[in-house]
Amino acid sequence: MLSRPEWIAALARASAEELATALAAAAPIPPHRRLRGPEVGLTMLRGRAGGDGAPFNLGEATLTRCSVALEGGPVGHAWRLGRDCAAAEAAALLDALFQAAPERAGPLLAPIRARLAAEAERTARRAAATEVRFATLAAMR
Amino acid sequence: MRPGFADPVLDAQAAFRAVMEAMARPGRVLRLAAPPAPPPPLAPAAAAALLALADAETPLWTDAPEEARGWIAFHSGAPLLAAPGEAEFLLATAAMPPLGLLRAGSDEAPQEGATLILQVEALRPGAGWRLSGPGIAEEHRLAVCGLPADFPAQWAANAARFPRGVDLVLAAGDALAAFPRTLRIEEGG
Repeated sequence: MLSRPEWIAALARASAEELATALAAAAPIPPHRRLRGPEVGLTMLRGRAGGDGAPFNLGEATLTRCSVALEGGPVGHAWRLGRDCAAAEAAALLDALFQAAPERAGPLLAPIRARLAAEAERTARRAAATEVRFATLAAMR
Repeated sequence: MRPGFADPVLDAQAAFRAVMEAMARPGRVLRLAAPPAPPPPLAPAAAAALLALADAETPLWTDAPEEARGWIAFHSGAPLLAAPGEAEFLLATAAMPPLGLLRAGSDEAPQEGATLILQVEALRPGAGWRLSGPGIAEEHRLAVCGLPADFPAQWAANAARFPRGVDLVLAAGDALAAFPRTLRIEEGG
């Protein structure tokens, strides 16, 4: 069973089509209402030089957030990069649904998580191929 | 949890405008057109003033119970304090915290004085206290139900330390009136 941080991470990175598919598969959707948004704003992205240096402000990115409440039940939140309001609302709704029934998160999000894992691995492979081992370089001299 | 403003931008601007108008015309009772529907015991006008004024950079104190605290924290984003003494905004739903204990700013920075949003039972213009001061041409009359008996004395002490002091927003239902620190209150008549 997925933990809430895991399913929120998947919902934040999923594409709009993937969220629509997951929401359609989660039907029937119980009655719900918007608490806040969906609304578009800016967030400051922070980076660290070399991954472990002092933090600095890299720049701002658009962000869409939404919160929905199921009737008499949990409140779902979503914060996603970009300006896709429909996707943010779908993600918030799925977060609320998964809080009510955590066992549904794994099966519904499996295709999204599989794609994300495959992309992360591909990126890691391409980065690893360009890695320079300075220890090896020194030994070759 | 309940939603905040139906239209977050325009309704918040309208509420801000109402608070500004109330501060400019002390004692005048204004009705908000579209206040939010906060959880009890919050009054719609008090909630509207709070959402229009407080944000993540304004430490807030409130005596509201758990559900209302959660609503305020979610919709305003303001950090909630345990002690009233450090807060920039305060929302009192029951007893009024003593004005002398609240942040009054300094002579160099009087704008750092706290703003207290106080829920009262009723605001009745045309009777009761005689109000005077900047923003009132001659005299304005307002009766406020639900203030502590020693309020006029506390208010006189608050006005005496001008330019330092606390500003007050009174809320009853969907109506609000403001008492800026320059206001003078005379009883009776």
